[in-house]
Amino acid sequence: MEQPNVNIEAIVQAVVAALRKEGQAPASGSQPSVAHAPGEFVIDLPDPTLPEARKIIGVDHPYDAEGLRNLRGTTTARIGVGRAGPRPKTGALLLFQADHGVTKDAIYGVVSDEVKNQFNLFTVQSMVKDRDEYLLRPDLGRKLSDEAKQTILERCVKNPQVQVVVGDGLSAAAVTNNLQYIFPVISDGLKSAGITMGTPFFVQNARVGLINDIGETLNAEMVVILLGERPGLGVADAMSAYMGYKPGPGKTDAERDVICMITHNGGTNPLEAGAYVVELIKRTLKYKASGVELKQLSGNES
Amino acid sequence: MLLRTKLFGKTYEFGCIKELMAKANEEKSGDRQAGIVANSVAERMAAKHVLAEVTLEVLRQNPAVPYDADEVTRVIQDAVNESVYNEIKGWTVGEFREWLLADTTSGDMIRRVSTGLTAEMVAAVTKLMSNMDLMVGAKKIRVTAHCNNTIGLPGTLASRNQPNHPTDSVEGIKATIYEGLSFGSGDSVIGINPVDDSLDSVMRLLDMTYDVIQKWEIPTQNCLLAHVSTQMDAMKRGSPVGLVFQSLAGSQKANDAFGVSVGLMDEAYAMAQKYCWSGGPNYMYFETGQGTALSADAHYGADQLTMEARIYGMAKRYKPYQVNTVVGFIGPEYLYDTVQITRAGLEDHFMGKLTGIPMGCDACYTNHAVATQNDIENLEVLLAAAGCNYFMGVPMGDDVMLSYQCTSYHDAASMRQLLGLRPNPEFEAWMESLGLIKDGKLTALAGDASFFLQR
Repeated sequence: MEQPNVNIEAIVQAVVAALRKEGQAPASGSQPSVAHAPGEFVIDLPDPTLPEARKIIGVDHPYDAEGLRNLRGTTTARIGVGRAGPRPKTGALLLFQADHGVTKDAIYGVVSDEVKNQFNLFTVQSMVKDRDEYLLRPDLGRKLSDEAKQTILERCVKNPQVQVVVGDGLSAAAVTNNLQYIFPVISDGLKSAGITMGTPFFVQNARVGLINDIGETLNAEMVVILLGERPGLGVADAMSAYMGYKPGPGKTDAERDVICMITHNGGTNPLEAGAYVVELIKRTLKYKASGVELKQLSGNES
Repeated sequence: MLLRTKLFGKTYEFGCIKELMAKANEEKSGDRQAGIVANSVAERMAAKHVLAEVTLEVLRQNPAVPYDADEVTRVIQDAVNESVYNEIKGWTVGEFREWLLADTTSGDMIRRVSTGLTAEMVAAVTKLMSNMDLMVGAKKIRVTAHCNNTIGLPGTLASRNQPNHPTDSVEGIKATIYEGLSFGSGDSVIGINPVDDSLDSVMRLLDMTYDVIQKWEIPTQNCLLAHVSTQMDAMKRGSPVGLVFQSLAGSQKANDAFGVSVGLMDEAYAMAQKYCWSGGPNYMYFETGQGTALSADAHYGADQLTMEARIYGMAKRYKPYQVNTVVGFIGPEYLYDTVQITRAGLEDHFMGKLTGIPMGCDACYTNHAVATQNDIENLEVLLAAAGCNYFMGVPMGDDVMLSYQCTSYHDAASMRQLLGLRPNPEFEAWMESLGLIKDGKLTALAGDASFFLQR
């Protein structure tokens, strides 16, 4: 069988260079740290999850090898993986399963105090008591506990134009990796637009529907919640920004707007997304509407 | 009304049809969340025993949501063929199950009886069916449709080419379309879920997909799965729309949550017939899924299976080209694990076919559900054996925009090879003319996206 059309050499060098940067690999020319006896069976693999390794082309005899590499470069989708009969090549199959495995492992993450403290976010809870209940009872994740209502009434500015809230959702990593970039863009953007922002806070075990309870409790003209999305394979840190005008009891997704897939890993980067959020806030306040109604009123202005 | 039985010496009584229907349902975390499940497995079985004796007439008289309060109920009830209904209204649900499965009952006979059914009858008989019953029953009912090709013919299995991209990159989506086409995915539709639902973005992707279809003369149709109002705006501006898409739910209130109504869908359907560039006569594409009504707090105390059946009743009004449940997408709070996802996939496919719509399935799962890719591969085989019209085709089953896993381009080819199925005939002829498939098998040229760099 012919080798797949890929420069293994270059991948190995990239891996070693990366490891060297972290001080984990020997300088070039030195011997491997573990000596192997002649004829010993040795398996010592590079990491197949590194960005370059992910772009390995698996098609045996492509019509246009250079063209296929270019196609592969346009998307994070798993294309150009080739086939063994109608099934994927071994490497592509195992990489997929590894990505699913690590995502399963990561579902139960927690946002650290350090991340929240950057922006002085205090923490309240939804009505959910633990992570298992969070997964099975979304209705409870959409409501603030009585204690949470009490706390935000005590600590937050009332009647804000825009109340910004951060929630873990289904991915603590989304908050950990993106908040530091998106949050300052939003708060600075609102400030320079002359829009007043309420006292931001963090909700644990949060769902989108919380914006109704929050809007009602604080009498906010608008609520924005930055929330961890359901993790995808290999992208466990995507965030969404949901927002609604005068949210309250009975308001649904049709009355909300969303910017999703905010991540450095193949989505909208959080700095850019922050700017979109500010634009959407301005439009919402201008037309005093959100969701389908906003779309109708603003005539799809972009 | 008295709804009572003894089972193992114990008496079980049910207050109303709605309670009976919910308790007769197979275990689903969504029904549990709604607080309407049977209190024990024995009670569930007692409910099934009673349900088997309920007549279709009683089910018609007890819709999940009252006629006066809900336009979905009105659409379904008003569409019933009264002559057919009068013939069958005395059947019990248990008799109905046996009639569906009987050797003497043909697919055409079932299609005829479909016109006299309401969603509650469809749901009720489904509750009495085992998984194998659902497969045997569905396999008998072929529902075909035509747009630029024919979907649902016996011996065929179509694949939606779903080339989603996390930032809607035109080049990235095009590359993924090429990959899918090279595996034989795209006969059902080239259908994109856009990240950016705005009109400009939707029109840009409609143009690109239309250009690919024209350049390669592919007998298929394109679709942008944005909100229907955005697609209507695109049609008004002359954008090339092949199929008009919308997600639907099983009650008026739940449809409100999607920002749609019967009136809006009537308007969309009329526009599709007037402006779609494709051949028709079937122009609509709907997605559904158990649990959507509950998630919008619009289930009226009814179980998620019954609410799902009602969507099919509504969808039928628009003579769709294709409808699929997105069976594991909604998450573990509605379908907890592999057992529940598999069951729901088989139920939904059967119910769609029994309703008389061309049913496919997005067999899928999310990372927080108790399921793996192996489970979805299993479900595919079960559904394909049951005559499912189509599945999704996504690179390696990993949708990098919607963050869920479903079936793959490889799976489309694998299912066809495994079960001796073919793409839609027009599409197969096209693949054959390019040399990508021969006698139903992929050639050495297949599975290579760069093949489509030739033009």
